[in-house]
Amino acid sequence: MADISKDQVKHVANLARLALTDEEVEKMAKQLGDIISYAELLNELDTDNVEPTTHVLDLKNVMRKDEPREWISKEDALKNAPDQKDGQFRVPSILE
Amino acid sequence: MSNFETVIGLEVHVELKTNSKIFSPAPNAFGSEPNSNVNPIDLGYPGVLPVLNEEAVNFAMKAAMAINCEIATDTKFDRKNYFYPDNPKAYQISQFDQPIGENGWIDIEVNGETKRIGITRLHLEEDAGKLTHNDDGYSLVDYNRQGTPLVEIVSEPDIRTPEEAYAYLEKLKNIIQYTGVSDCKMEEGSLRCDANISIRPIGQEEFGTKTELKNLNSFSFVQKGLEYEEKRQREVLLNGGEILQETRRYDEKTKETILMRVKEGSDDYRYFPEPDLVPLYIDDAWKERIRAEIPELPDARLARYVKELDLPAYDAGVLTSTKEMSDFFEATIASGADAKQASNWLMGEVSAYMNKQQVEINDLKMTPEGLAKMIKLIADGTISSKMAKKVFAELVENGGDPEKIVKEKGLVQISDEGQLREIISGILDANEQSIIDFKNGKDKALGFLVGQTMKATKGQANPPMVNKIILEEIEKR
Repeated sequence: MADISKDQVKHVANLARLALTDEEVEKMAKQLGDIISYAELLNELDTDNVEPTTHVLDLKNVMRKDEPREWISKEDALKNAPDQKDGQFRVPSILE
Repeated sequence: MSNFETVIGLEVHVELKTNSKIFSPAPNAFGSEPNSNVNPIDLGYPGVLPVLNEEAVNFAMKAAMAINCEIATDTKFDRKNYFYPDNPKAYQISQFDQPIGENGWIDIEVNGETKRIGITRLHLEEDAGKLTHNDDGYSLVDYNRQGTPLVEIVSEPDIRTPEEAYAYLEKLKNIIQYTGVSDCKMEEGSLRCDANISIRPIGQEEFGTKTELKNLNSFSFVQKGLEYEEKRQREVLLNGGEILQETRRYDEKTKETILMRVKEGSDDYRYFPEPDLVPLYIDDAWKERIRAEIPELPDARLARYVKELDLPAYDAGVLTSTKEMSDFFEATIASGADAKQASNWLMGEVSAYMNKQQVEINDLKMTPEGLAKMIKLIADGTISSKMAKKVFAELVENGGDPEKIVKEKGLVQISDEGQLREIISGILDANEQSIIDFKNGKDKALGFLVGQTMKATKGQANPPMVNKIILEEIEKR
């Protein structure tokens, strides 16, 4: 049984920009712990002689030629923008 | 810096000039109308899939090889997660633990000494969009740059002075430009630099706490920012203070570094293998194909100019300091100009003109063929070096054929011996006193006679011939 602390939940929530109540933090800690525990079942397998893999498909080097292609117009690009100005997306300032 | 040693590491981002973006077929171009080179992949729409641009890999390999990196055989892309409006996907596709290139180096020269600076890694990633911050609490975003192929080049902490940092950047830029994979224009953002700097008491093994300098807009600001920062850190430490891990920016007006933010803990980007892209396998054949495409690099060219063309090392250094200058020089000598003369003109008059007009060599109307032709006209005595200055002024300003310019300006030098002898005879007849003066040891008289000849020929007489003929004619009298 994996233990996920409340601090770990708060950290992950902050990274995901989620505002959780104390109750939710507690609930998530338990649920996330359960999920991790379930995934830990995989540790029962002996993988000592198995090459690590980063992708489930047995494919490599899927590439395209360097050819530019028109796709959507500038107007279409901005169509779904909640706010725009001078042909640009307008967002609240986030100063680092 | 007495008692302290400075340790600097540089992170350089270079945009690759492929035709299309790294993961989408949108055009990769600078200076287009905002958001005109974007598509649903760049904008991070749900359900879209990135497909890797083969040329971006080729270019990254080429850059990595040019800075002596080992090229990975098995490599892949990873997701770097962060929230910022410059990237609509909320993650950047980058490379984490298997960069394309590792363990490289470049040699720099500072104060006449060569020093090798190690390169930790070169990895391939996508650039983000461009934000313009306004005072009204809002920012405007242009996603044209989103998805531009980018390589990040991280140096080892081998740099010990701000001057070495400057030399490293110049050299790196020069090498990358030679490979042709990027323009490396800092003013257009196709080359950007962040600097890490710390100081430690001499003899101490472990590094001091470092600060990071961002928003450095030119190589000289990198150097100045680092100079300010090493002084600031020294003063803090000498006054019993502590260096905090901070991000600072260099203010061009006050010439100081200013705190942007204090870093608390390391950034948590939660890298993981990019599930939308399959791994990349670079076999030896691919590596060799790219290696064969790398042109002669600046160090090799410099050595060749010294060894084969007999140019002084300094001159060879100036000529190879940009690819454009070096290519112009090569084309000039390929058109038949003497190497030493071509070098002198390029380093002298041509560079002076470029500085004065603030233009690049490729902006000049003068072609290498034009310059070569003019140099040949001087060499075969058609024009004097004095006339050449007039020809050059016209050639560099408006281009054209030097031979035509010479004719139009009536600049052809009189090198016909019979014609010159006749003119000189007349001048000697009219200036008998000067002949007597000269014979009595007054050397000045010769200068006067030469001057009279030049005047009579409107400056077109071949000066060395005039001298020789006057002496011969005086001897006869």
